[in-house]
Amino acid sequence: MRFVDEYRDADAARALVGLLARRVTRPWTVMEVCGGQTHTIVKFGIDELLARGVELVHGPGCPVCVTPLELVDKAVAIASTPGVIFCSFGDMLRVPGSSRDLLAVKAAGGDVRIVYSPMDCLKIARENPDRRVVFFAVGFETTAPANAMVVWQARRLAVPNFSVLVSHVLVPPAMEAILSSPASRVQGFLAAGHVCTVMGYEEYEPLAERYRAPIVVTGFEPLDILQGLYMLLGQLEDGRCEVENQYSRSVLREGCLPARRQIAEVFEVCDRKWRGIGEIPLSGYRLRPEYRAFDAESLFDVGAIEVAESPACRAGEVLQGLIKPNQCEAFGTLCTPERPLGATMVSSEGACAAYYHYGRFREAAPSRR
Amino acid sequence: MCLGVPGKVVEVFEEHGLRMARVDFGGVTRRACLEYMPDAGLGDYVIIHVGFAISKVDEEEARRVFEFLAEMGDLREAGIPGGATP
Ligand code: SF4
Repeated sequence: MRFVDEYRDADAARALVGLLARRVTRPWTVMEVCGGQTHTIVKFGIDELLARGVELVHGPGCPVCVTPLELVDKAVAIASTPGVIFCSFGDMLRVPGSSRDLLAVKAAGGDVRIVYSPMDCLKIARENPDRRVVFFAVGFETTAPANAMVVWQARRLAVPNFSVLVSHVLVPPAMEAILSSPASRVQGFLAAGHVCTVMGYEEYEPLAERYRAPIVVTGFEPLDILQGLYMLLGQLEDGRCEVENQYSRSVLREGCLPARRQIAEVFEVCDRKWRGIGEIPLSGYRLRPEYRAFDAESLFDVGAIEVAESPACRAGEVLQGLIKPNQCEAFGTLCTPERPLGATMVSSEGACAAYYHYGRFREAAPSRR
Repeated sequence: MCLGVPGKVVEVFEEHGLRMARVDFGGVTRRACLEYMPDAGLGDYVIIHVGFAISKVDEEEARRVFEFLAEMGDLREAGIPGGATP
């Protein structure tokens, strides 16, 4: 496929690995923010190709992984309500709630449907006027334009039986939470290319300056990640802390303005809880008051849900780059993709699942903390 | 989840007041909303995420990594160790 295959070229990758090895003189710890990048890194073994002393830690950029347990439980409760058609992206179905997941609701006869695009839900709602159709609107900034459009369109076309359960999270506040944590070892970031495709990267400039951490907006293919690392490690070696754009074939500094306008029309920034991490101020979106008629959380009274995570699961530390998945005692034993204890083992973009699928569990685990 | 896949716009149409397209991903075509990419038209490559075009691939910028590698190759042949930063 064009604009995919050429960025997987083995000779070019080898050339970049060679250039990187010559550029790096000291050990560095850098984080790739996005779960899609984690997946590429582990799949293609980029972490193993790097110069000794360069450590990649995996970030919180997997929306499936950070959707709070309470919200998964709310989704399960709404999906179990008679007369409801519950629509979701496929990767949310197996995320463990405190007692069961959406797949179990479906198995028990609930009408849970996987959609490719949020717009599919609107079609389902219009075709089933006697049913209530709820869409699980999760995601980062990348998915927000699509989710904003479906709510805007539902209001415009007056689709009264449609609503959304919103769990939107924002990347820069999470990066700031990591940078400001005393436990963090992260010295620079590969920022998530498609988040920046939508939002641009102006917001990262004060972060890079305040925390003296270079940030390189990076794509998802192996050559993108290697070039992003070359740019990032080059900045660290030179003592620079700028925001650079490796993924310039898709990302403009201001992002995608029509999409940003639509997001601002439908959503407003709010505090959000991140699974495994806790509440991060101003790190998410909720519907603006004009769109609250489409807010499933207020339409469905599922009561206050209080839950506790599995005590064995260290996903919070994994998501903040404090430990690697194979440093968790439960990894590959009590916790596997078939029987996940935490969300980072469910999603293909979760670091635990990536380590498991690509065989990193066979390695001797690095020293345990 | 933030996966975006590049594809080529092969048809543009309107539906319920929204600008839509059929996009070809190496032989498989899917519908996508073009509302956020008013400049994208037939033959353009766009990045599609959950059924929405969120950017148009800049073909000139897309060559940069290969140009950079070619340049570094030239520099190394010229005997300048490490070459220049991009
Ligand atoms: S391996 Fe499983 S239990 Fe351990 S941190 Fe990852 S998801 Fe949690």
